[in-house]
Amino acid sequence: MATKKVVALTGNQAAAEAMRQINFDVAAVYPISPQTELMGFFAEYVANGEVDTDMVAVEGEHSAMAACIGAAAAGARTITASAGPGIAYMVENLYIASGMRLPIVLLDVNRALSAPLSIHCDHADSMLTRDTSWISLFAENAQEAYHHILMAVKISEKAMFPIIVNYDGYIVSHSIENVELLDDETVQNFVGPSGIHRIPYPLLDIDHPVTYGATAQPDYYTECKYQQHVDFLKVYDIVREVFDEFAEISGKKYDFIEEYQTEDAEYIGISMGSSFGTLKDAVDKLRAQGKKVGAVKITLFRPFPRKEIAKALSKAKGVVVLDRADSFDGIGGPLFKDVAASLSDSENKPLLHNFIYGLGGREVHEEEFMKAFERVERLEKGIDTRENLVEYLQVRE
Amino acid sequence: MAKKRPIALLAELASNKEDFGGMPLAPGHRMCIGCGIPPIVNEVLLAIDEPVVVSTATGCLEVTTGVYPVTAWNVPWIHVNFQSAAAVIGGVEAAYKVLKKKGLYDKEVKFVAFGGDGGTYDIGFQSLSATVERGHDFLYVCYNNEGYQNTGYQKSSATPIGAYTKTTPVGKEKIGKQEPRKDLTMIMAAHGIPYTAQAAPHIYRDLTKKVKKAMSFKGPKFINVLQPCTLSWRFAPEDTMRLAKLAVETRYWPVYEVIDGKYWKVNVKPKRPKPIEEYIAAQPRWKHVLKYPEIVEKIQKEVDEKWNHLLALEEMSKKLAEKEGVDYEKLFELPKEEN
Ligand SMILES: Cc1ncc(C[n+]2csc(CCOP(=O)(O)OP(=O)(O)O)c2C)c(N)n1
Ligand code: SF4
Ligand SMILES: [Mg+2]
Repeated sequence: MATKKVVALTGNQAAAEAMRQINFDVAAVYPISPQTELMGFFAEYVANGEVDTDMVAVEGEHSAMAACIGAAAAGARTITASAGPGIAYMVENLYIASGMRLPIVLLDVNRALSAPLSIHCDHADSMLTRDTSWISLFAENAQEAYHHILMAVKISEKAMFPIIVNYDGYIVSHSIENVELLDDETVQNFVGPSGIHRIPYPLLDIDHPVTYGATAQPDYYTECKYQQHVDFLKVYDIVREVFDEFAEISGKKYDFIEEYQTEDAEYIGISMGSSFGTLKDAVDKLRAQGKKVGAVKITLFRPFPRKEIAKALSKAKGVVVLDRADSFDGIGGPLFKDVAASLSDSENKPLLHNFIYGLGGREVHEEEFMKAFERVERLEKGIDTRENLVEYLQVRE
Repeated sequence: MAKKRPIALLAELASNKEDFGGMPLAPGHRMCIGCGIPPIVNEVLLAIDEPVVVSTATGCLEVTTGVYPVTAWNVPWIHVNFQSAAAVIGGVEAAYKVLKKKGLYDKEVKFVAFGGDGGTYDIGFQSLSATVERGHDFLYVCYNNEGYQNTGYQKSSATPIGAYTKTTPVGKEKIGKQEPRKDLTMIMAAHGIPYTAQAAPHIYRDLTKKVKKAMSFKGPKFINVLQPCTLSWRFAPEDTMRLAKLAVETRYWPVYEVIDGKYWKVNVKPKRPKPIEEYIAAQPRWKHVLKYPEIVEKIQKEVDEKWNHLLALEEMSKKLAEKEGVDYEKLFELPKEEN
C-alpha cells in the first residue's frame, strides 16, 4: 500500500523529487530560467549518489535533445528539461525524437520567447511543440507537475512517443505549495524497471543491429508519417489507461480535461496551466452574481481532447478561449483554433471568442477573466459586435 | 588461418566478420563509384575488435547508406541530424555507462561517430567540442572531402584557398574561396584529449593502427581523414587513392598523431616532397589557381609553414618527453596485445 506524505515544495522541487524517485538513466540538460533551479536540485541528487543517473551537462539545448535521442535509442530511460528559447533551440530534434518513436520525457517550464527577452511565463514555447508529435500534458500546480512526470514515463513508454510535461515558469516552478508525495517504492513499481528491452529496437542490442534515422524518399516518407499519425491517435487510450492505473496508487484521477461548474453553464472559459485557479475564482464570483458560467482546463494538450471539449461545450452559448500565446495570424491563438476545430461535428455552435492573456509573466486576476466572460455574453447577445476574433485581455494601450 | 601480421590487412580484418562480405558497411550503398568514404569507414570499423555503435552526421555517407527501407549498415547505427553526430554518440555512451553501472547491461561496446567536414568543422563543431570536453569514451572520425558534397559542393571551412565551390565560384573579382582552410586537427589536439590524428585512406596500415591506438585510450579520440571526392573535385574514379597519396607527398595533408595534446609525431615524412602544383593540377575544382602564381605561392607557403610547425612540435615533444622521463617512441606504440 502506498504511503504518502505532504511536503511544502516549489514546482521545481517537486519535479526534481519525481526525477529522483524515477531514477532516470540519463538526463541531458542545459540551464535556462526558470528551469535552472530544477537541474540544480537534481544535480545535488546526482552528486550525493541518491540517483544512478548520468547527468550529461551539454553545451546547448539542441545537443541536449540530440543526446537524449542517442540515449533513448540506446535503450536508456531519458529526460531533459528546458524553457522558452531552449525549447525553440531544440525544435529540430523534437521532430526527430518523435519520428524515431523514442520515449523521452521533456519538462517544459513554460517561458516566453524573445524578442523582447522575457524569462517569465507564457505558453509560446509550448506552442512551438504542438505539431511535433510529442504527447503534451499541462500541469496546473506543483502537485500536478509531480504526478504528471510519474505518469509521463509510463505513457511515453507504452505509446513509444516522447512526452512533454508543461508547468508554468515562476508561477508554478518557484511557488511553494503543499505537495503530496508517494513513497519511492510505489513510484518505482509504477514506472517499472529500466533496461534496454523496454523498447523494441535498442541500439545497444548489438546482436541485432538496427538503423535509426534513415533517409526516406518520396516513395516512403508519406507511409512513415502515416504510421506515426495512426499511432499518435492511439495515444488517447494509452493516456486514459495510465491515468486509471495512476489513480489506483495515488487516489487522484486525472482526465483529459477538467470541468468546473459546466453542467448548466451558458458561458464557459477554457485555459491551460496555472491560470485555471484564477478562472475558477472568476466563475465563483460570477456565479455569486447569478451568472451561469463554468470553466474547463486542458490537461492533455496533445493529442488534443477534441471529443471531450465538444461534449463539455455541447450546451454552451458562448466560450471564452484563453490563450497564453498569440499566433499573430488574425484567426486566433493556438488553443482557440484547437477548440474551434473540436466543434466541427457539434450541433451546438457556441460563440467563440479569443483572449490573449498572461504574456511574458503578466499577472492574471479574476477581474480580467470576469471581463472576458462579460464580453462574450455581450457578443453572444448581440449587444457588442466584434471586428476581430482575438483580442488582448490585459494591455495598456 | 593467415599468419598474424603486426597490423592485419583489410582483407584479413574483413574475414573476421561473417555477414555482408565481412564489411560493417555493406556493398550496395549509393556512394559514387570511387568515393573515398567507404574504404575509410570500413578500415576504421574493421580495426576495432569489439562491437560498435555508430552515429553519423547528415551528409554523403548518411544519405547513401540508410535509405528507407534498406540499410547498408551491419552495425547498430543512428543518424539524427547534420550537427549532432558527437552529441548523439555521447548520449548513447552515457546510456551504456549508466546501464552497466546499474547492472542492466554487460557487453563491451565501443562508440564511433562519423561526420563530414561540414558536419565537423562547421555546423557540428560546437557539439563535437563539447562532447569531447565532457570526456565521453568515443572515437570521432571526420571524413574530410573539403566541402558540402551532399548538397552539391558548397564551401566549408575545410575548403582550401582558391578552390572552386558553388558558394565560392571563380569570377572576375574573386578566384574561388578567399580564406585558407581551418586547421581543425590542431584545434582538436588543443582540447588535450588522449588521442588526435590525421590520416589518409591510401595508407590503410597507418589508419588502422591509428584507430587501434585510439581505441586503447579511454575518453574522446579524434581522427581527421582526408577523403578525395571524385564527383566534386572532378577526378577519375580510379584516382581516389592517387589523390590521397599526392596530398601526403606534397605535405598538403600531413599524416601525424598527437597524444594528450602534447606529444606530436609526424608519421610520414616525404623525402623529396612534391610541389603543391602537382596535387592542385590533378583537381579540376582547384587547378584554375595555377594561372595565378601569387595564389599558388600562398598555398605553398601555408603548406610549408604548417609542415615546419609540425616538425617543431615533434622536436619539442621529444624534449618534453625526455624532461618528463617518458619514453617518446613507446608513447606511440600499440599496447602489447595489439602487436
Ligand atoms: C540544419 C541543417 N542545415 C543544412 C542542412 C543541409 N545539408 C545537408 S548535408 C550538408 C552538407 C554536408 O557536408 P559535409 O558535412 O562536409 O558532408 P558531405 O556531404 O561532404 O559528405 C548540408 C549543407 C541540413 N541537413 N541540416
Ligand atoms: S559526392 Fe563525393 S563524397 Fe559524396 S559520395 Fe560522391 S564521391 Fe563521395
Ligand atoms: Mg564534406
